[in-house]
Amino acid sequence: MTKISIELKHVSKRYQPASSLFKRKTSSPLVLKDINLMIPTGEFHVFLGQSGCGKSTLLNIIAGFLPKTGGEVLVNGSEVTEPGSDRGVVFQNADAAIFPWLTVEENVGYGLKMQHVSDKDRKPVVERSLNLVGLEEHADKYPYELSGGMKQRVQIARSIANDPSILILDEPFGALDAQTRRTMQNELIDIWQKTGKTILFVTHDIQEAAYLGQKISIFSRSPESHIAITIPVDRPYPRNVYSSENEQLVNTLNQYFEVGGPVK
Amino acid sequence: MKAVRVKNLEESTPITDSVHQAEALGAKAEAGIGTRLKDGFLFVAKRGLLAWVLLLVVWQIAATVMGGSFLPTPLKTLAGAQELIKSGTLQSDLLVSLFRILCGWLIGTIIAVPLGLVIGQFKIVRWLIEPLINFFRFVPAIGFLTLFLLWFGVGEVSKVALIIYATMFPIIINTISGVIAIDPLKIESAQSQGASKFQIFYSVVIPSSVPSIFTGVRLGLGGAIIAIVAAEMLAAQNGIGYLIYTSRLYYRTDWIFVGIFILGFIGFLSDTLLRLFGNVVLKKYGISDSRRTTK
Repeated sequence: MTKISIELKHVSKRYQPASSLFKRKTSSPLVLKDINLMIPTGEFHVFLGQSGCGKSTLLNIIAGFLPKTGGEVLVNGSEVTEPGSDRGVVFQNADAAIFPWLTVEENVGYGLKMQHVSDKDRKPVVERSLNLVGLEEHADKYPYELSGGMKQRVQIARSIANDPSILILDEPFGALDAQTRRTMQNELIDIWQKTGKTILFVTHDIQEAAYLGQKISIFSRSPESHIAITIPVDRPYPRNVYSSENEQLVNTLNQYFEVGGPVK
Repeated sequence: MKAVRVKNLEESTPITDSVHQAEALGAKAEAGIGTRLKDGFLFVAKRGLLAWVLLLVVWQIAATVMGGSFLPTPLKTLAGAQELIKSGTLQSDLLVSLFRILCGWLIGTIIAVPLGLVIGQFKIVRWLIEPLINFFRFVPAIGFLTLFLLWFGVGEVSKVALIIYATMFPIIINTISGVIAIDPLKIESAQSQGASKFQIFYSVVIPSSVPSIFTGVRLGLGGAIIAIVAAEMLAAQNGIGYLIYTSRLYYRTDWIFVGIFILGFIGFLSDTLLRLFGNVVLKKYGISDSRRTTK
């Protein structure tokens, strides 16, 4: 039996409206309602949904940035209460997420430094991580000298350097041009296959989901968003985007994507 | 916009700066005389020298019309400066003022930056201190002068204390806004790499606030110069402010103008040096010279 990496049991989320002296608290609708999911260790899992459907909210809850309203979120068997280096996060906005005052190398080594890993022990890990994303030539550069794709590589490398069990990516390639995006997707698959980490990938791009996901969870529309269906994709990598199988998959995803699930 | 303005100026004042044009032209021998004149003109205008040439011309004309000590000519002012330099007054007054500004500004910075960081970071401290800051920052330093003279005596301490006071507010306020405006994504990305709250404070919050702190420090320097001149006019036996104030007793308006130009130079040079420091040393923190980027 495979180990479970992420387990969600009846997870719900409600954003608490700001209360003030003169305004009584009114309850807002649930953003997420009764989310149940099991992601085995080493799976490449994609959250697919329209903008504002709550997929990023769920991801933030798993990462520990947001508190949940109800249910259980277990990562490797223990309840998530706060962010931690066991869950590496790659944000969409690399400019905001990486530290502009540190070089590429220092950015990648940041987490280890905070864990008091000595310079000597840090160096090989940082080097390995940079090699993995192909940034070894740019170790001494500052972020403002890098392109958008390279900045995302820095984010991926720094997450890998902390050796998390899960890599969470929140629409990481959304801001990149089509060609760079495809390159990055291929590299991510490569990194995933080399490291064997569990990957949780959020996107609103159906083609991207079909290209990457081992399993694709489609979110219904908000409010009270939930996972409409989880579709397993049993096709080898790298995937042929022009095959009839791919077309079929995209069509299926499209159906669910547009109505948020088959009409009830 | 800029180009249009320069062009208009070119049409209205074609002769005034022929000397500067000639200087700038030496290198471009191969170009036609027309383009060379134009290039030379732009060289002078872009560097802000044109404004100074204009000022000198207007000044000279006005001084000739007014006559006498009411408004001394540029040359008379220059002679007055030579006089002051020969007697050694100008140098000693300048040094005294610089020393006061530097002391007060440095001490003010050392107190204000940590204070601003703590106020920005901790809500409770903000609730306790920010209301007071928002009240007292409207009280000009000079309002405290007599009080400081009573408390700290007529010596250097009261003047330096005044500059510390004047320096602190812009630095505190800018530092606070720098801390508050930090992108939550930076905090989250540090958290997801296992950094503790204290680690995040010194390794993320402080570096992110550097551009705002730097702006505050620059503004603080301006405040320091304003405060010291006022203080020296009212309660000192030396310094540039004292020079300006006492010159009226001898009806030496030329010395007053010397003092005014010296103050301008102090401000301009120190700010230029600071900006240079920011561009070179603090570049990685995201400080860029707006003049250069908006070219």
